Amino acid sequence: MATFKLKINKKTYSLEADPSMPLLWALRDLLGLTGTKYGCGIAQCGACTVHLNGEAVRSCSLPLSAVGDGEVVTIEGLSKNGDHPVQKAWEEVDVMQCGYCQAGQIMSAAALLSKNPNPGDEDIYNAMNGNICRCGTYLRIREAIKKAAAMK
Amino acid sequence: MEIIKTHYNRRSFLKVSAAAGGGIMIGFNWLMSCAPSQEKAGLAMPDEWFDINAFLKIGNNGVVTIYSPNPEIGQNVKTSMPMIVAEELDVDWANVLVEQAPLNTVKYTRQLAGGSQSLRQGWKSLRIAGASARRMLMEAAAKQWQVSVAELTTDKGIIKHTSGKSVGYGEVASQAVSVAVPEEIPLKDPKDFKIIGKATKNVDGKKVIKGEPLFGLDVQREGMLIAMIVHAPAFGMRPKSVDDSAARSMPGIKDVFIITTLPDGIEAQWSDVNAFKELVVIVGDNTWNVMQAKKALNIEWETVSAPMSTGSYNKALSELLEKKADTPARKDGNPDEAFKKAAKVIERTYSAPFLSHNTMEPMNFFAHVTADGAELIGPIQTPEFLRKTVSSVIGLPEDKVTINMTRQGGGFGRRLYGHFGLEAAVISKKINAPVKVVYTREDDMTQGTYRPAYKVKYQAAIDKNNNLVGIKIRGAGIHESPVFANRFPAGAVDNYLVENHALESNISTGAWRAPRSNFMAIAEQCFLDEVAEALGKDPIDFRLELLERAATNPVGQNNDYDPARYAGVLKLVKEKSGWGEKKNGVHRGVSAYFCHNSYVAQVLDIVMKNSKPVIQKVWCAVDCGIVVNPEGAKNQLEGGIVDGLGHTLYSEMTFTDGKPDQTNFHNYKLIRNSEAPLEIECFFVENGVDPTGLGEPGLPPAGAALANALYAATGKRLTTQPFYKEEMTISPM
Repeated sequence: MATFKLKINKKTYSLEADPSMPLLWALRDLLGLTGTKYGCGIAQCGACTVHLNGEAVRSCSLPLSAVGDGEVVTIEGLSKNGDHPVQKAWEEVDVMQCGYCQAGQIMSAAALLSKNPNPGDEDIYNAMNGNICRCGTYLRIREAIKKAAAMK
Repeated sequence: MEIIKTHYNRRSFLKVSAAAGGGIMIGFNWLMSCAPSQEKAGLAMPDEWFDINAFLKIGNNGVVTIYSPNPEIGQNVKTSMPMIVAEELDVDWANVLVEQAPLNTVKYTRQLAGGSQSLRQGWKSLRIAGASARRMLMEAAAKQWQVSVAELTTDKGIIKHTSGKSVGYGEVASQAVSVAVPEEIPLKDPKDFKIIGKATKNVDGKKVIKGEPLFGLDVQREGMLIAMIVHAPAFGMRPKSVDDSAARSMPGIKDVFIITTLPDGIEAQWSDVNAFKELVVIVGDNTWNVMQAKKALNIEWETVSAPMSTGSYNKALSELLEKKADTPARKDGNPDEAFKKAAKVIERTYSAPFLSHNTMEPMNFFAHVTADGAELIGPIQTPEFLRKTVSSVIGLPEDKVTINMTRQGGGFGRRLYGHFGLEAAVISKKINAPVKVVYTREDDMTQGTYRPAYKVKYQAAIDKNNNLVGIKIRGAGIHESPVFANRFPAGAVDNYLVENHALESNISTGAWRAPRSNFMAIAEQCFLDEVAEALGKDPIDFRLELLERAATNPVGQNNDYDPARYAGVLKLVKEKSGWGEKKNGVHRGVSAYFCHNSYVAQVLDIVMKNSKPVIQKVWCAVDCGIVVNPEGAKNQLEGGIVDGLGHTLYSEMTFTDGKPDQTNFHNYKLIRNSEAPLEIECFFVENGVDPTGLGEPGLPPAGAALANALYAATGKRLTTQPFYKEEMTISPM
């Protein structure tokens, strides 16, 4: 066990945990931030995507020991009122079906747009192919990313 | 306008009894624990709510809460079912809040997500719920004004009198509560619908984009422990003993034990499918600690039935395809004679592997069992069946078992089989604490309840005048044959034979989105394409000819489709896709299928790029009767197409000595963003027929439309799924 001071969504959280515990489980089980989802545990599905220092990372495979004093942003902290352009576009396009993977999709899309404000199709595929949507909302995801890009 | 009996005398779901308030309150217990926001932008909360009937309550300010009765698994019923209530209630959708109803089949009748039946079977009762509440509100206003109800009209939650005075629903709701439920009520003429037929956004959309806790896995409770199960590594095995000494000393671990979920003497229901009734259970304080300790368990397994491997069951299924059935499932005319006289016989065998459902949210459930009762919360498609089984296994009367449904991270049929909920209850009782059972992805994927492996052999007899005169279909599958005896083209061919075989297995199977249809559509529609080519006919014209025959002079009995509606979607997709136009470098395939009461036809275009096909566009024509929510309907169809294409192309479960070879998404391939079609366009037949569902019907035709397009491109008929093994992968990149 070790003590960690994590910077998450502009707040500092202190917690005692096994250093090998992935950020995902610290968020969900220890801090009650359940917006970040568990899907596979091996960084293959993207449901657990969060931002670490602005980069999209798979929190299921990121041990607490590797988070350090990095700035973590989860879906709960992406915007105050769900009004980040990506969130607004997701709502406008009515992307979701079951909704379970969408937090991860949104975090991947937001990281893409922060680096590349006008992504082309291939940029979108490269950024989003790591996020599985079992319901098959991929066409709407692409559309929402383009809509969010146009909002900026 | 339609006058309809409300049936309120028969223990009506519409009459609010003293218990109703309590029943509805149960629904808030889990909400308090994980508290998703109840607000809707710009909507003020009332000071007081009035329960008008089990489906709705009205606030003193006119805000309406509608309870959505059925489980929400992504099929969007939590939006579309309340839309139907709101339509007949005649309120402004902007003033409607939606909540998941608790399990109470006395009030809500069918609370099940399966067979794409929610809208079809809920249509009448949802309309009655809205219309009778509207009538009660009008009667309350009429009494207040001392006028006749006939002098009143409603519009967007306002009751108006011919004199010009008006009153809001919220102002008369307190009076409407005591009005008797009307015995008969008028229903709206569909041409007056204002909410039904209007694209309406998902009611949970805002909560999902903010990451609010909505799902079973998000449930948290004071003092709640986490439990994980370890099932046998192979089908046909069970735990013999467990050495837990290392695991028990690990951080946070509370207990390790073996459970039997369905002991002898308990009558298992159809939803109790479970290959692994004996499980090793490990309980601890958080998910990660339990996951780690799970790996430290040393379990001895024993074999109780012979393990199967993919090679062995595939061989057995192929052998069944060579065997005549004792009794045909259907026989029209004299098929043997027709084949004997045939000038040409076409034969093709199709096969498909086991598939895992792989809902993105793995199986999980919360349970808290005490001497007084059992409280269960989680994602389940069949809550009523789960309650029955929990009641008999735990030994509590059914009315002491409450089940509340969370939003569900996918269903696809997997959550029809509620053993995970039962496991939570058994574990909670044993440890005497609230517990959440969590499956890892590996537990989930290797647990069973798969789409069965199937094979089917099609044969067509063509006579010397180039007419199709006979079809023989012989199917074989694990636990069930995939073939539907009375589906198209039954009824359109003079000599027709269907034979079914099933192979028993210790690998468990269950309904997987559009059961059997998900395989049969591909086999049937690829085979008809091949027959059309042999006859020198256009594939759409050929199907229309068969449907014309089935309409005007049907062969045999019990043909389970409407040939006119079937032809309708084919004609629509033909028109919309510009079928027949030749486009340079573009290869097209067509497919049409009827299942779960809806008709779907698709045309799919590919272009070949570096010898790989890119799916340019899918045109999708649908007849599902009245389209309740066009936006939700399109989303279901798009998803069904992507899902169908993905599984046909890429996915499979295989087994070595009973052990699943695929365990997680690194070796079980699901379709990715770049592999989905570039464009999908949907078209709906407008016919005013009562609505049918779309959770499943969009999926089955897609794989066949792709296979037929690939044939047009490559000259190769694909028959063995997943197709990527036979053909190149699909990538637009």
